[in-house]
Amino acid sequence: MSKVSLRVAGLKVHYRTLRGDVKALDDVTFAVADGETMGLAGESGCGKTTLGKSLIRLDGRMRHVDGTVELDDEELPIGDTARMNDFRFREVFIIPQYAMSAMNPTRKIGKMTKELLESRGVRFETVRTELKRRLELVGLAHDVLDRYPIELSGGMKQRMVMVLSTLLNPSLLVADEVTSALDVSTQRAVAETLVDFRDRGFVRSMIVITHDVSLVYQIADSIMVMYAGKLAEKAPTDVIVDSPRHPYTQLLISSLPEVGVKYADKRLTGIPGSPPSLLDPPAGCRFRDRCPLAFDKCSEEPPFVEVEHGHYVACWKA
Amino acid sequence: MRRYFGRKFLIYALTFFVAVTINFMIPRLMPGDPVRSMVARAGMQTPEAAATMQEYYTRIFGLDVPIWQQYLNFWAALLRGDLGISIWLFPQPVTGVIMRAVPYTLALLIPAILLSWFAGNKFGAFAARRKWLDNTILPVGYVLTATPYMWLAILLAWALGIIAGIFPIAGGYSFSLAPTLSWTFVGSLLAHWFLPFVSLFLVFFGGWAIGMRNMIIYELEADYSHYLQALGAPQRLVRKYAFRNAALPQITGLALQLGVIVAGAVVTEIVFSYPGLGHLILKAIENQDFFLLQGAFLFIVIGVLLANFIIDIVYVLVDPRTRTGMGGGSA
Ligand SMILES: Nc1ncnc2c1ncn2[C@@H]1O[C@H](COP(=O)(O)OP(=O)(O)OP(=O)(O)O)[C@@H](O)[C@H]1O
Ligand code: SF4
Ligand SMILES: [Mg+2]
Repeated sequence: MSKVSLRVAGLKVHYRTLRGDVKALDDVTFAVADGETMGLAGESGCGKTTLGKSLIRLDGRMRHVDGTVELDDEELPIGDTARMNDFRFREVFIIPQYAMSAMNPTRKIGKMTKELLESRGVRFETVRTELKRRLELVGLAHDVLDRYPIELSGGMKQRMVMVLSTLLNPSLLVADEVTSALDVSTQRAVAETLVDFRDRGFVRSMIVITHDVSLVYQIADSIMVMYAGKLAEKAPTDVIVDSPRHPYTQLLISSLPEVGVKYADKRLTGIPGSPPSLLDPPAGCRFRDRCPLAFDKCSEEPPFVEVEHGHYVACWKA
Repeated sequence: MRRYFGRKFLIYALTFFVAVTINFMIPRLMPGDPVRSMVARAGMQTPEAAATMQEYYTRIFGLDVPIWQQYLNFWAALLRGDLGISIWLFPQPVTGVIMRAVPYTLALLIPAILLSWFAGNKFGAFAARRKWLDNTILPVGYVLTATPYMWLAILLAWALGIIAGIFPIAGGYSFSLAPTLSWTFVGSLLAHWFLPFVSLFLVFFGGWAIGMRNMIIYELEADYSHYLQALGAPQRLVRKYAFRNAALPQITGLALQLGVIVAGAVVTEIVFSYPGLGHLILKAIENQDFFLLQGAFLFIVIGVLLANFIIDIVYVLVDPRTRTGMGGGSA
């Protein structure tokens, strides 16, 4: 677990809008070890999806402003969408937040898979057996390949997209809210599948983006918390849950009645106020307006530093 | 599938019934008496002669029985393919007059609709997201669709017909030729066909190109496009899927536009005196030939219904979503 798989340094990504740049990621620096499953949490709009997408494909409005991303010691050309194609699917892959609508509605799933693979220079025949094996693994019958996406239930689509996304064994998988659209028992199954995929070596490292801390808690080795486009804290899972250092993480965790209860429904009830606008974020610590511990120094920006081995925090009080 | 088409068929049959009934009523509710005006034009010397003639015409046109009887007769005749006798070209039967005109209209409309649909969609899709092409196609397309048929037709007739003198501007073939199966005659047909065809094609083309360009931009922003791109699929595949999915609403669009398209063809034929149904309609109105008018409208209604039906079938064949919807299967 010591070898580093993903290394992100000083990453800044903005969205261009008519009202100016939305600074959705600001100076993000972290690393994910080989084999590590990292949970990524934080309230809605803090930039989790943006971070995930930045590692794979910037959409038309996103601009790579600064910073680097290295995967297995090779720099990813994230700003160059054409050159990135070599890495997508084979090296990095995202299971998107919108898995329900990710498949072309007018193509049979098998045909789409085939066309996709062949467009990437992979002969379908060479992966057919493996594809079927993995379908069985997630409990899908082979005949889903002869069906259209609308003929599948939400959970089936989700599993299908998981199989498809990991088919070429990427080193890094980003799973964005893979469970939020599903009912509780299916959520469990999907989370277990993710772990299973990693244990079987289909993917090496994972970033699991979620609102559901209880899910991350059970499958992640470490948890990273974001706040308003910046990193707040990253530490091994039990440290985050038992002894968080950042006031935001503390409020986040304490607002859970107990670990194991989903906080999506009641998120923010424990933290009054709302995050600052990312169009023109204030100087200094972005949590200052809501932080119970804020003091003078907080008008300067706190650096994201390692306070203990593997435990990083951005707070003057930590 | 069978239930779906059964239901559709019922709707078409009902539409047809209503259309025929309205068609029957219109000339009878319109002011003016066609028989009287025919008699007047014949310029009979004595009132007795005029009265005899009036009676004679009233009988052959079947106007001497109560209206409900006329209605039933109308249906009976219709099912025999008999649409009455033309007043303008008395005593030719309307069916024959129309049958001579229909090939011209079809020769104009079918290629104009199909070619403009394919070319417009391909071009619109190609132009979408390609900067300078997009910047040119948009204004040009908007100008084309916004152009009234009449206007574009007159402009073309003026520029290529009168000024440049390349194409004839009236008729279906040269007046100096008799219809034969010779190269000269076919050439003349083509030359006369060209301008009305182009003016229709251009107006339709603009509409499809604009529609497709907007649809495809929407499809390229759809989740499945993003997913494919995130998987590193080449633009070719992404665009192929987007095109296919964007073409579906364009098929529905075609069905919705049929009425407008036919109206455009009528106007265009009138401008170019092209001997199709549109031209017949003009002549029928000029000569108060209600039977001919009725017949022409009826043909148009049948044509539009048929085309709609074909489009329905095509749509079902190309869009799997409608098929699963019809099977009543899991959605
Ligand atoms: N296309 C866009 N244009 C402009 N701003 C955007 C766009 N997409 C996201 N943003 C902004 O970027 C910020 C981060 O968004 P992001 O989608 O990464 O949040 P998130 O943490 O994934 O939220 P959620 O938990 O709701 O999925 C938000 O403030 C959002 O308003
Ligand atoms: S830096 Fe200051 S404002 Fe920010 S979290 Fe720490 S104590 Fe609160
Ligand atoms: Mg998100």
